[in-house]
Amino acid sequence: MSDQSAEHPGYTEYHPRWLRRRPSTYWWLERRAYLAFITRELSSIFIAWFIVYLLLFIRAVSRGDASYQQFLAWSRHPVVLVLNVVTFLFVVFHAFTWFNLAPKAMVVHVGGKRLPASVISASNYAAWVAATAFVVWLLLGG
Amino acid sequence: MAKRSLEPILWLLFSAGGVVSALLVPILVLLLGIAFPLGWLSAPSHEHLFAVLRHPLTRVALFGVCVLSLFHGAHRFRFTLYDGLQIKHLNELINLFCYGGAIALSLWAGYLLWVVP
Repeated sequence: MSDQSAEHPGYTEYHPRWLRRRPSTYWWLERRAYLAFITRELSSIFIAWFIVYLLLFIRAVSRGDASYQQFLAWSRHPVVLVLNVVTFLFVVFHAFTWFNLAPKAMVVHVGGKRLPASVISASNYAAWVAATAFVVWLLLGG
Repeated sequence: MAKRSLEPILWLLFSAGGVVSALLVPILVLLLGIAFPLGWLSAPSHEHLFAVLRHPLTRVALFGVCVLSLFHGAHRFRFTLYDGLQIKHLNELINLFCYGGAIALSLWAGYLLWVVP
């Protein structure tokens, strides 16, 4: 600080403003990495939609066979089907990005050594396979 | 005493929900939303599904999946609006919409799973 500025403290009419350019609202279209980021973020909407769909399914099953058949008929409607196909693509994208990120979020030490990232990713994918097999068994085999 | 922030809890729900939804939602959408409607696999009988749904463990697990996934989605959507559209001045409204929606749907999930006959 120079002495000059210290001599004139307090109010000035023309106080400095930071030059900060506001990024464009469409900043996420500028690069592929940004687009991947926003795609992953948008998976949240489709997860919310699926939970609503799941709850409608649960309600139909708990009300009896007639409402379950009604639900199945509704689920064949093209709009619902397309929405579910899009949802599937988004949630698979979410799952892959989530499991690939897991080694960065989880630091596991075994016997004083840090487990390599590939081991943590692999165990996450193994859990995914196991969870998938369990759901299939529960719904189809049981 | 300093006011405690809710943020750590919201982030914890976000990551727990992220794991649960990554593990279970893809196969559930594939079966319930695509394979059964298109007839790739014949839909299970009502009797079988009802037996599965009636089990208390199923209902507790489904409640957990719903609540965690909803808070995961709400948290992520909040930041999508925040970063994507840069509407920081609407923060309170966004929070109310996202977490309020998650709470409302969680209550609905709890009610539906509670009243299964």
